[in-house]
Amino acid sequence: MAAIVSVENLRKVYDSGFEALKGVDLEIREGEILALLGPNGAGKTTLISTICGITRPTSGRVTVAGHDVVTDYRASRRLIGLVPQEITLEPFTKVMVAARFTRGLFGKAPDDAYIERLLRQLSLWDKREAMTKELSGGMKRRVLIAKALAHQPRILFLDEPTAGVDVDLRKSMWEVVEALRADGVTIILTTHYIEEAEAIADRIAVINGGRILLVEEKDRLMRRMGRKELTIELQCPIDAIPETLAAFELVRGEDGQTLTYSYDRAAERTGIVTLLSALSEAGLVLRDLQTRQNSLEDIFVGLVREEA
Amino acid sequence: MNWRAIWTIYRSEMARTFRTLVQSLVAPIISTSLYFVVFGTAIGSRIETVEGIDYGAFIVPGLIMLTVLMQSISNASFGIYFPKFIGTIYEVLSAPVSFLEVVIGYVGAAATKSLMIGLVIYVTANLFVTLPVKHPFAALGFLVLTCVSFALFGFIIGIWAKNFEQLQLVPLLVINPLVFLGGAFYSISMLPPVWQTITLFNPVVYLISGFRWSFFGTADVGVGLSLAAIGVFTGACLLAIWWIFRTGWRIRS
Ligand SMILES: Nc1ncnc2c1ncn2[C@@H]1O[C@H](COP(=O)(O)OP(=O)(O)O)[C@@H](O)[C@H]1O
Ligand SMILES: [Mg+2]
Repeated sequence: MAAIVSVENLRKVYDSGFEALKGVDLEIREGEILALLGPNGAGKTTLISTICGITRPTSGRVTVAGHDVVTDYRASRRLIGLVPQEITLEPFTKVMVAARFTRGLFGKAPDDAYIERLLRQLSLWDKREAMTKELSGGMKRRVLIAKALAHQPRILFLDEPTAGVDVDLRKSMWEVVEALRADGVTIILTTHYIEEAEAIADRIAVINGGRILLVEEKDRLMRRMGRKELTIELQCPIDAIPETLAAFELVRGEDGQTLTYSYDRAAERTGIVTLLSALSEAGLVLRDLQTRQNSLEDIFVGLVREEA
Repeated sequence: MNWRAIWTIYRSEMARTFRTLVQSLVAPIISTSLYFVVFGTAIGSRIETVEGIDYGAFIVPGLIMLTVLMQSISNASFGIYFPKFIGTIYEVLSAPVSFLEVVIGYVGAAATKSLMIGLVIYVTANLFVTLPVKHPFAALGFLVLTCVSFALFGFIIGIWAKNFEQLQLVPLLVINPLVFLGGAFYSISMLPPVWQTITLFNPVVYLISGFRWSFFGTADVGVGLSLAAIGVFTGACLLAIWWIFRTGWRIRS
């Protein structure tokens, strides 16, 4: 798939002298859902803001569908919708009016039928005449999404869309995202709810300290880095791991009743069979077995720690 | 030009104005009436005429200018400061609009509002005194130019201000004295010669003088000079705004 957003060697030094982006390269493919994963202060918002035109790049180049975001900002910004991290809404504006405002600001002819469909989809239609200050936090977030989509963008940026949002809303938000993807909209979301990235993204980019640490297909990432753990519960606690089992690098649980073996799921030989026979040779009686797959979170924590 | 965006900003700002229309209009009407009671009636009964003009009528152009000037600054500075303050400015910054379009939208709305207030004061003044307007088109021209140029100035203050105190600082410390020493309530010729000279450095003098000329046909300074003064001031504001636009000063990090 072709790149719709392309970031080349992007650096951003704020007026304070702080370098928030230290040479970022990133290609976002048309129609994909890309999760931008990183701890607080990693530079996610700065990266998004630079693509959207809210902050100016210090050096480097960003293009959206081939349009430079600095020199050809009209063409690039027209394609983009942005849901900011902070909930920022004019308190006395009505929901419907707020959505119309964004559409007009982006130079699109009024289309109340489209706005109606949008508000219905986001369960905001009943609230169309309500002022935004009267809405709950979750609904305000949805108003921001409605505004971002009011001009029918081809690319949607969601900056931590589910922070402080309840489970129901989160689910309905992902339904909206799925529907958008079906329409061919490219979606970039930042989150530190890693399960979310795991559940919804096609690709995952990890950013920390102003650098992109990796960009990879989620499935490949999971396969490549997904280690599995086998937890063995013993009939009787042991004080130490027998010498004969040293090669398996087992970890003894605190109560001495469990042993944990970690292995590569993708490897040809997992070593489980040999481990099990070695265990019985050592005279250990098993009570139960459990396996657990590493989540993206573990991978992510590992990566960030490596970097530090 | 993204005309639709300009219109969208303008309309949304005007909607905000109309939401608070009563406050916006009542305050200037009351203060104008008070000025008439104090200056027109109490003091005016002693002065009677200035340069052959009834004192009550003489102060009207200055009074309108004074209010319009302050209103333009406060409307425009608040208009752009507010979205900066609550964060909704992100939307304008990420929209396919040029800074010029943003300025036209916000400044146009602020100027419209103060123009409306200026007209309302004129109508109110007619309840107290008879007010012939000798050069109506010139009067309207001066009024519109003042609204626009001081709304531009207010816009710059709104971009510059980092907090509400700063937002009120410039009008309070700079504009207020200039306006009161600008000859709204007296003719420059009534001052001692030294003060007449000093006064000529006050740009507001030219505004009020020009505006008064369009009412009564007499002025403290030449009309051409008045126009030139407004022109220079407007030009300076436009230049400052162009520079803000180039550098993204205090709006785009
Ligand atoms: N306007 C600014 N001026 C100076 N530093 C900033 C500014 N905005 C963000 N930063 C700094 O840049 C870094 C990255 O911030 P941000 O992009 O918001 O991170 P994230 O969204 O990943 O949490 C942080 O250390 C933050 O303090
Ligand atoms: Mg952020």
